[in-house]
Amino acid sequence: MSVKLTIIEQMERIGREHGKILPPLKEDLVLADCGLDSLGFAVLVARLEDTLGVDPFTAAEDAVFPVTLGEFVEVYEHGMR
Amino acid sequence: MACVDAPSLRASVGALTTPGFLHDPAASVRYTDLANGTSLGGRLVELAGRSVLLATGGQLTSALALIELDGVARWIVILPPDVERAHLPAIAAAAGIDAIATDAESDIGAMLDVAVRVIVEPRIVTAQPDALPALATEWVMLTSGTTGVPKLVVHSFTGLAAAIRARSPADGVAVWATFYDIRRYGGLQMLLRAVLGGASLVLSSASEPVAAHLARLKAHNISHLAGTPTHWRHALTSPAIHTIAPRYVRLSGEIADQAILDALRATFPQAAIGHAYASTEAGVAFDVNDGRAGFPATYVGAVRDGVEMKVVDGTMRIRSPRMAARYAGSDHALAGADGFVDTGDIVELRGDRYYFAGRHGGIINIGGLKVHPEEVEAVINRHPSVRMSLVRRRQSPVTGSVVVADVVLKADTHAGNGREIALKDDILKFCHAELPRHKVPAAISFVAALNVAATGKLLRR
Repeated sequence: MSVKLTIIEQMERIGREHGKILPPLKEDLVLADCGLDSLGFAVLVARLEDTLGVDPFTAAEDAVFPVTLGEFVEVYEHGMR
Repeated sequence: MACVDAPSLRASVGALTTPGFLHDPAASVRYTDLANGTSLGGRLVELAGRSVLLATGGQLTSALALIELDGVARWIVILPPDVERAHLPAIAAAAGIDAIATDAESDIGAMLDVAVRVIVEPRIVTAQPDALPALATEWVMLTSGTTGVPKLVVHSFTGLAAAIRARSPADGVAVWATFYDIRRYGGLQMLLRAVLGGASLVLSSASEPVAAHLARLKAHNISHLAGTPTHWRHALTSPAIHTIAPRYVRLSGEIADQAILDALRATFPQAAIGHAYASTEAGVAFDVNDGRAGFPATYVGAVRDGVEMKVVDGTMRIRSPRMAARYAGSDHALAGADGFVDTGDIVELRGDRYYFAGRHGGIINIGGLKVHPEEVEAVINRHPSVRMSLVRRRQSPVTGSVVVADVVLKADTHAGNGREIALKDDILKFCHAELPRHKVPAAISFVAALNVAATGKLLRR
């Protein structure tokens, strides 16, 4: 499964677990509007560390937080290279 | 409650009319022979009035020395097996150690400079006891904190024995056994229970596999068996657990959650199952024998068997004749000005019962919300495929902390291939049904085993 699909699947799953209805998860979706709150994102990053084997936010030298879903996926794709 | 009237341990052994044994993997020793015998090579007289460091390799030699030394030594400082060697000089200084009783398995005897060094043999040689002045020996136990020099907790023998009921002939022949090491408070209680009741005791051994230990318990036909919930969860993973049939099953030292109580009930349908609350400082506070986790709210605010309990700021406080007298070598007060020991154990009132929520200081902070690892573990442990679990914090500098869980599955659970993901989902669903979402683990890892301290408690870092 691609990195992007893995991330989207996990977001949908966490949305369900937290009782949130997420909008369509497109690349230009602003993360702040995606329906997950800070705890949801913390859970997402922890889950992705288990499935993808990397937490790019911990590994990164300067903490740049992505704005859109597309940028979020890029951070992971970059982190896994 | 009828308490054992024991001027000293040796005197009460001398009053026993039936033989009692101590069994370890290598030997069985009839400890009742100490009434007219010695394990100290007849050198007890040299230890009279001294502060004795009991530093043996094995538990059997410690048990024999305790019986012989009580009422003769001024202090017996009981060294657990896992104490860091670097702390020995500080411990010896704090306790004014001027003698060491050790055995062939221990090299500690040579590490300290003392006036008298005595070897404890794992056997008893007939000898007429010396007429020595009777002392009210103080027993010093070490706390099991994970950092720094352990605290030295001073108990009177009377206080240590105060929670032990006198046995009646109607109780039948008892053979005690424990997963604990007898050099810690929980294990020492079991030693005293056996010896003061004239019963035999099957000792544990740190290096022994669970199956071999259970085989010994079966061979000695044990009737009473005690351990921490973690000890029990380990034992339940062994098919050999079904070969023993204790009449009494006891848990203490950690929170006994409903899952482990139910598992023990299913495994030993005929047994009385009790969980006890005790700590090295506060002593034995109470037993719960109704098969349910937690304890009745009526215990708090009342005086029961001389033990008083109150809850202040959510933590349990205990004042009791069984609590320790003081710390040795420290100005730190054991109890508050009101005489109550702060146990650091957090309790929550739900309905007519208090439940243990975790340790003060063990709290995980998730976005400003408190999580007790133990309450999450209690939920995970109720899942039918789970044997035990450890909940901890995982921190990410950007997104903050989350709760994650390491889970040991039951032996008959198959988590191979695609089943692993489905099972993790199922455990998560289970947690979501019971817990607010900040307490639900963000990730679950299946592990073969969890780290356990020498005390039999889960190692939390």
